Amino acid sequence: MKTGIGLPVFPGVSIGPAVVYRKSERTLPVSSGDPAIEQAKFDAAVVTAREQLSALFEKAKVELGEEKAAIVEVQMLMLDDLDYLDGVTAAIEDGAAAAIAALDTGEEFAQVFAAMDDEYMNARSADIRDMSHRLYDILCGNTGFQLPDGEFLLVAEDLAPSETIQMPRERILAFVTQQGSSSSHTAILARTLNIPSLVQSNIALEEAENCTILAVDGFTGNWYMDPDDETMAMLKAKQAEAAADRAALETYRGKESITKSGKKILLAANIGSPEDAEAAVAADCEGVGLMRSEFLYLGRDTLPTEDELFEAYKKVAEIMGDRPVVIRTLDIGADKQVSYMGLEKEENPALGLRGLRICLTREEIFRPQLRAILRASAYGNLLVMFPMVASVWELKAAKALCAKLRKELEDEGIETKEVPIGVMVETPAAAVLAHELAKEAAFFSVGTNDLTQYTLAVDRQNAKLDKFYDPYHPALMALLAHIAKSANEAGIWAGICGELGADPKMTEKFIEMGYTELSMAAGRILEARKIVCESEL
Amino acid sequence: MKEFKHVIADPLGMHARPAGMLVKAVAPFASKVTIEAPTGKADARRLMALMKLAAKQGMELTVTVEGADEETAAAELQAFLAANL
Repeated sequence: MKTGIGLPVFPGVSIGPAVVYRKSERTLPVSSGDPAIEQAKFDAAVVTAREQLSALFEKAKVELGEEKAAIVEVQMLMLDDLDYLDGVTAAIEDGAAAAIAALDTGEEFAQVFAAMDDEYMNARSADIRDMSHRLYDILCGNTGFQLPDGEFLLVAEDLAPSETIQMPRERILAFVTQQGSSSSHTAILARTLNIPSLVQSNIALEEAENCTILAVDGFTGNWYMDPDDETMAMLKAKQAEAAADRAALETYRGKESITKSGKKILLAANIGSPEDAEAAVAADCEGVGLMRSEFLYLGRDTLPTEDELFEAYKKVAEIMGDRPVVIRTLDIGADKQVSYMGLEKEENPALGLRGLRICLTREEIFRPQLRAILRASAYGNLLVMFPMVASVWELKAAKALCAKLRKELEDEGIETKEVPIGVMVETPAAAVLAHELAKEAAFFSVGTNDLTQYTLAVDRQNAKLDKFYDPYHPALMALLAHIAKSANEAGIWAGICGELGADPKMTEKFIEMGYTELSMAAGRILEARKIVCESEL
Repeated sequence: MKEFKHVIADPLGMHARPAGMLVKAVAPFASKVTIEAPTGKADARRLMALMKLAAKQGMELTVTVEGADEETAAAELQAFLAANL
């Protein structure tokens, strides 16, 4: 047995055969020595590549939406680029084999784009490489990656967007990659598909290739090659336990979340898309306590339009009906970068231009989102909250913009409903000033992840700091108590929407402090309801 | 030779998709079309050259059209840029 660790991006246990994906093993073709023949080979490869990409484009449009398909479209455009084609022809005339000419020219362009002082263009170098590797593969007679039958765990150095699109998603039990981050394409796909996965794992591809069984524990981040009997029993037990727990909790479906002394707690779900909203309803949520808006902005090349955002919010509002939906406005920046916004690289993005700070500096980004939320409010029970608030003036400025936009919409004859405006409390400043913010806010929702990182000055992305990242730190408990007390005194409600919201050890503590809403991954709701219903508080 | 100016209105500037659409819009014409931005100059038939300009919102582009069909080409491209960039 061999074991190691990675960064888990989705919980669960998967056990099965490992398949190692490599950027195909190529046999390097030698040049025929005749540039005319090499050029003809290259031209034919371009035709094949175009066919492959347009098929991929159609598949991506159906399975992953227009936005992800646009990634493929950009590569189709690049395939026709005259500078690229001229570069290849010149290399062929200099005696290079078609395959090498395609690859090297692509690499030259990729490096030029990677060196540009523009984040969006830097990211395009991956598209150029993806495109030229495709031509190279075709010219090397590589028919692509051959997958075995049945289900498997996929191990790779990293997976490019066009590669993940091509995978048979229904047969993949887990992704295990050496690179990638929690916001990489692979991680997003893993969460879309609900499969336990690890990124940044210390797994060796050769070893994975030679093992019979690979197991991934998406709760702890551990991976095991050919687990010994004891480990296998532990993993199987974990899998079975997860399944049994699930079954036992079913008795709480449809029940009211109320403590024995009659305190009503709203158990809500954290979601990122209309599809998640459907899953949340299926999981018996009583509302949405945090709708992250970022996922409408990620994985695409342009800002979503007001209408696109409106459609997404409207869909969520309609799915949830009377149940409250708290939409958090855009929190791009820090760990979630979006190249097309043209944001400058920062030395310290966690303390940089992110959350409400971007929105108050770049009205062209904020305006369509707020208008979309206000328009969608007519279709359900929407609330809005702003991330990264540190000062009362920021909340006032954002509220003033909301009022202005509502007026605009009224003048345009568009129906809106009252949308309560709250604060996502995640900076220590907002927590300390909760009693002041409570005068301006309609509710509080505490983002415990960032509040922990900022209060303890511990970077949550840095694994070496794990033992210093203590979400139960007394300083945090004091802030959490102060936030709830301030809310109660001002007559507004307070909730928790960070990871602690789903922490069974904290549920009663939060109720005691005076929180009346807990928002979590949809799959945790029944578990939380059990604790609430059994509580004597 | 025809020349006109266009100020980029697209908040994202000249990113891959409008650049690709521009290349397609220029393709049917015989004229040579050059785009000049404060960041450099590019042949409008060349996608990566256009992208390398990294032209941003608010930048002024000078478009030069030279050739047999320059009249129609300039008129159509001006309309294209107004609608798409």
